[in-house]
Amino acid sequence: MATELQTELAPERAAPKPAQPERGSAPANKPARAGRGALAIAGEKLIEFVIRLCGISAIIFVFSIFFFVFREAAPLFFQKHEPPAQPEAVVERHADDHSPAAKKFALKEFLFSKEWYPTSQSNVRFGVLALIVGTLSVTALAMIIAVPFGLGAAVFVSEFCGGKIKETLKIVIELLAAIPSVVWGFIGLTVMNPIIQDLFHAPIGLNMLNGAILLALMSVPIMVSIGEDSLKAVPDSFREAGLALGATRWQLVYRVLLPAAKNGLLAAVLLGVGRAVGETMAVLMATGHAVNIPFVTADGSFNPLFIFEPVRTLTATIAAELGEASEGSQHYRVLFLIGVLLFSMTFIVNLTADLIIRGIKKR
Amino acid sequence: MIAETTNRLFAETPLVRKKQRREWVARLIFGMMAAAMIIPLLLIIGYLVYQGAPLISWDFLTTNPVGGMRRGGIWSALLGTIWLVGVSLLIAAPIGVMAAVYLNEYARDNWFNRIINLAVINLAGVPSIVHALFGLGAFVLFARMGRSVLAASLTLAIMTLPVIIASTREALASVPRTFREACWNVGATRWQTIRRIVLPNSISGILTGVILQVSRTAGETAPIMFTGAVFFRSISEGDFFAYGLKEQCMALSMHLYTVTTQVTGAPKPLPYAIAVVLLGTVLLVNATAIVLRVYLRSRKKW
Repeated sequence: MATELQTELAPERAAPKPAQPERGSAPANKPARAGRGALAIAGEKLIEFVIRLCGISAIIFVFSIFFFVFREAAPLFFQKHEPPAQPEAVVERHADDHSPAAKKFALKEFLFSKEWYPTSQSNVRFGVLALIVGTLSVTALAMIIAVPFGLGAAVFVSEFCGGKIKETLKIVIELLAAIPSVVWGFIGLTVMNPIIQDLFHAPIGLNMLNGAILLALMSVPIMVSIGEDSLKAVPDSFREAGLALGATRWQLVYRVLLPAAKNGLLAAVLLGVGRAVGETMAVLMATGHAVNIPFVTADGSFNPLFIFEPVRTLTATIAAELGEASEGSQHYRVLFLIGVLLFSMTFIVNLTADLIIRGIKKR
Repeated sequence: MIAETTNRLFAETPLVRKKQRREWVARLIFGMMAAAMIIPLLLIIGYLVYQGAPLISWDFLTTNPVGGMRRGGIWSALLGTIWLVGVSLLIAAPIGVMAAVYLNEYARDNWFNRIINLAVINLAGVPSIVHALFGLGAFVLFARMGRSVLAASLTLAIMTLPVIIASTREALASVPRTFREACWNVGATRWQTIRRIVLPNSISGILTGVILQVSRTAGETAPIMFTGAVFFRSISEGDFFAYGLKEQCMALSMHLYTVTTQVTGAPKPLPYAIAVVLLGTVLLVNATAIVLRVYLRSRKKW
């Protein structure tokens, strides 16, 4: 009698706390789960555990990227002498006690010296200032080209065309984003190089302009897609209000949409910057790869034709030199330190872009 | 009389004409900016195909490069790329899909899950060369895998994880919430709902993400340069299992880089032909994803 009453009341009582009756031992209380054994429940728990683990995997990966790259660079700061990987260097150090190969690595010199002579026999110097300037100047020039085109295309896709044209344009932009960076580099080397030489009578076609045009083409797709998203996020009532006042599309874009979507467009530009800073193969093949501060001529004055100067970027330096640097040498560790620097730069850019986008979503 | 008044009222004033002229100019400029992306794309692809076409044949795809990579085909590079893509897909697809399931189905909106989101975004933004350093430091040296297909594939898998996570999340989010609620109401657990309702209804979107990952992986060069790809290796032709997980391999993207910058005296069409094969593969895979998406979207019933 009492048990019968219990079975009748049980579902109502169990309902508020669904975690409890999952024990397979009391199937009578939960008719709906009668067929599930302890094994099935354990399996489900296991799967949910694995899913959670995969969920946090992104955090683990980001931390381990930083950890493992830093781990290879860290001995620079703690080790006074080079490990005996290069016998010639050791011999040299004995000959000249003040040889900089033996001196302690100085972060200040690393960041603020433009002298990059990693394989010099007598005086090894690791100053990445020229490389940082190279990265930043190529990125800046790329953005000067890409921002008007990227945002212009975003406005066109979002506001000035509809239906079939819009779909086609979005597909083309997606395909543009899919072209591998080594193919871009190849295009820079074989197609753009002679074009730049002929068009501007530049002595070499592999220069800052070449790399910047490639980077612009590579970072335009992400700008268009994020820019279009942020224009789409502007409420339609804004557009309707503008049109009702007799504004043309252009007036609407200029006076209403651009101010309303400016944060999203800024985020789009930042993501483009992040992409351009981190790009490796295209700039390795197309920028000429000479350690050079493009704005200064040999006699120290300002160089007005700086866009035709060859430059070298941080990413290209790692890609070109890591294969030759012997494992554990100071040169090898400095290349990993450049990696840490790049990681930090893109981390900050992406973080800022994400905070801006999140701010928009919240509103 | 009335008509005359109306005509005068609604006649174009100079201001309106100016406005419309500006509108026309703006439309033209924006259209040209959009066209400025398409025309170079078509011109470049056309030029590459024109230059590379004489070399491309079935034999080109299925023979090893010979004579210091100046003659012969691209078989060992092509197979290397297939291996790298396949292995990294096997690693990235389950992790990526499950991570997306966690983020979309389990995660609540709290600080911890916001950090996970941030981590995914940053993982997508880490430069490819930094991934290469990570792969070298973690897999090749720390895990003692050596430079191998496995180490390179792991590096590629981690690099392309955000692609799968992003598109899978989008697919999962497009399954209406009512589907889940109906399933919970008949007494299904969370996992049963995901397995029987959410995943089957979003499989097309997940597949699209996986295909996009394949295209991204096939084109990457920097991450495999120091983790498993070599300049040259000769393997037996026609054998799909000519590489092992612990061996080094060639790759199409790396081969293009090598032939373009390191090999002197290669015939002119050779790098173009390699570029066309690489670009063709990537664009074909992408086009498949797009066609699949358009087709399945048209069949969607909700």
